[in-house]
Amino acid sequence: MAAVSGINKMYGVCLHAVRVTAGLRAARLLQHRAFRVGAVHQQQPFDSSLEKPQFPGASAEFIDNLEFIQPNVISGIPIYRVMDRQGNIINPSQDPQGRISFYMTNYGEEGTHIGSAAALDPNDIVFGQYREAGVLMYRGFPLDMFMAQCYANADDLGKGRQMPVHYGSKDLNFVTISSPLATQIPQAAGAAYAVKRENMNRAVICYFGEGAASEGDAHAGFNFSATLECPLIFFCRNNGYAISTPTNEQYRGDGIAARGPGYGMMSIRVDGNDVFAVYNATKEARRRAVAENQPFLIEAMTYRIGHHSTSDDSSAYRSVDEVNYWDKQDHPISRLRHYMTARSWWSEDDERSWRKQSRKMVMEAFEKAEKRLKPSPELLFTDVYQEMTPNLDKQRQSMWRHVQQYKEHYPLDLYDK
Amino acid sequence: MAAAARFFTRGAHSKLSLVAVGGGGGAHCSFGAALLNASPTCNSRTKTQRRHAAHFTFQPDPVPTQYGPTQKMNLFQSITSALDNTLAADPTAVIFGEDVAFGGVFRCTVGLRDKYGKDRVFNTPLCEQGIVGFGIGAAVAGATAIAEIQFADYIYPAFDQIVNEAAKYRYRSGNLFDCGNLTIRAPWGCVGHGSLYHSQSPEAFFAHCPGIKVVIPRSPVQAKGLLLSCIADQNPCIFFEPKILYRAAVEQVPMESYTIPLSQAEVLEEGSDVTLVAWGTQACADERKENNLRGVKGAKPSPHDPCAEGSGKHGPRETGGVMRGHRSTDHPALGCGYRLQVGGENWPFAHQPRGPNNRRLCF
Repeated sequence: MAAVSGINKMYGVCLHAVRVTAGLRAARLLQHRAFRVGAVHQQQPFDSSLEKPQFPGASAEFIDNLEFIQPNVISGIPIYRVMDRQGNIINPSQDPQGRISFYMTNYGEEGTHIGSAAALDPNDIVFGQYREAGVLMYRGFPLDMFMAQCYANADDLGKGRQMPVHYGSKDLNFVTISSPLATQIPQAAGAAYAVKRENMNRAVICYFGEGAASEGDAHAGFNFSATLECPLIFFCRNNGYAISTPTNEQYRGDGIAARGPGYGMMSIRVDGNDVFAVYNATKEARRRAVAENQPFLIEAMTYRIGHHSTSDDSSAYRSVDEVNYWDKQDHPISRLRHYMTARSWWSEDDERSWRKQSRKMVMEAFEKAEKRLKPSPELLFTDVYQEMTPNLDKQRQSMWRHVQQYKEHYPLDLYDK
Repeated sequence: MAAAARFFTRGAHSKLSLVAVGGGGGAHCSFGAALLNASPTCNSRTKTQRRHAAHFTFQPDPVPTQYGPTQKMNLFQSITSALDNTLAADPTAVIFGEDVAFGGVFRCTVGLRDKYGKDRVFNTPLCEQGIVGFGIGAAVAGATAIAEIQFADYIYPAFDQIVNEAAKYRYRSGNLFDCGNLTIRAPWGCVGHGSLYHSQSPEAFFAHCPGIKVVIPRSPVQAKGLLLSCIADQNPCIFFEPKILYRAAVEQVPMESYTIPLSQAEVLEEGSDVTLVAWGTQACADERKENNLRGVKGAKPSPHDPCAEGSGKHGPRETGGVMRGHRSTDHPALGCGYRLQVGGENWPFAHQPRGPNNRRLCF
């Protein structure tokens, strides 16, 4: 019984909160919960006269009943939302009053991009995984530059070196994407630490999926950011699948949010298809991360409506019905549209004409990017180091000699000089 | 260790050219060269040599005069001095890793936390992939990040971050982002009692990776100058510190900041018969007495092409061969990179067994 009451001390308020309507209490980022992480990480002063445990590694009470803490015996961490699936505000005090202004398609996860990006400062540094194009677009990255990266043409800021969607922008503080998963997570912790030392009201946000959260780098990043007190938001897009792997093959605990308290980190789970919930949570997390120099973990529940990539056909591992549900019944764009049309800020005519205009813009950007030259072959050899090294220079010269010798096999007119 | 030298006993008046060389592949390596003497006779193997323990005698260099006043320091103190100079001059510089706060398990960071503050010299959790990942991020955000891995034997969890991330950051972003401000330091190499996991020399794994520089000093004066160069260098660098030299190597080391170029090897002795290449502790091996080899002058090859670029009259084309001495496993070893490069560049046929003057090429 002591064990149960011990657990209740830790999770008591949580049990109570689950019984009330989700979305009302959860809005306060676990401040009033018994996840008193602030108390746990400070080591108590050693005092051998007390009957309390004196182990430096934990701040706790003794019990004399043998009982294991069962994972998942309590309900999962509740999901904060502002709108219902029809776009109606549940709790008017949570309505953020129209700071959102732009949409972009990363099919099904648009709410996570736009809601979080809108809540940040332009100076905040973004470390992404690869499914956050909406964040970059929100910050103003032009369509032409997206296309240039995807086509690896001579306009690409990345000089045509990476696969599509590995975009980056120094001006927009969006660190270039890399393919290995979760490597950005400890890097974000390091960047946040450096930014903290600069003391200029900057935060760092780090996006990743629920699959990448299984990587060792995720554990490293969470632990470092908490122990080193970094102003950092970890934003997990839990979209149900890592390619074909569903979440019940990815983890057995209560998702990613439940791991946060284990690291001593403030944590929340939000409805990722509710752009206002994402906005509110990110806004508050950012404010406190900078003010208090501690990391925040936001797990945004959503659904990956599209395939993992153009190399994937998800009908091999999930039903069309499942996909249709999310597309038709719980889509972030639809929910926001219902909210806006209910206030006469948007109409069916607006919808039709904006879709048409968007399609036109995108197709024009496609055609333009397609016609552009590819980057110069010189760029194969630069930026390996800051300086060109003799070894690379030799390889470069050797390449040109070869290409000149066999020029009929190399379409040099398609490449920039 | 002496095996490399034992190969070379042919002919009279053999003159060795001693060269410190950079690594194969894409890495920059900066090395010291060993001193070898070649005797006029080939009978060095008639006497039995008995070893009682792995040992060598460190020979300090002459006191440097061009960098200002000097102080007696061993290798770990010369590292501390370099870090002290860095923290004093660069307000963004931070040092982190396991146990660095109290001074480090090899005393390399003693006194720095008290002097510069706990936000600049701090412990991290026990996680090498985190240490390097964190370091990369701090460097990307503009800080001078100096990461310590407690032993080179434990660097492998960070291999992905080093090879897939740090080395490629600048290239893959089109030079929008880079982690040139990152330096990783780790104790390296055999120490006698370290066994499998406190003795490794993993430089070969990293030498194959373009985009990073791998540096291994041979002495306190070299260590401080090379470490300061790594920290200043705008490419991510790995600095392996021969742990057996931490206390054993003592020299007069300049107290002020100074740098030693990373992209040049160091000549210790000149000669005309063979180019001998070594780095780290191997460069300290005084094999003169043990192997009756006569010391000769050496060339100064570039890191990427040890034997052609800048060798002048001391490259293998001129001397007749290259030998490499190092303390890693021969499985295959870093020297293989040299073999191919030497083979490709200096000789028309890679399999040609003999160089000019009918001298055998030794590897």
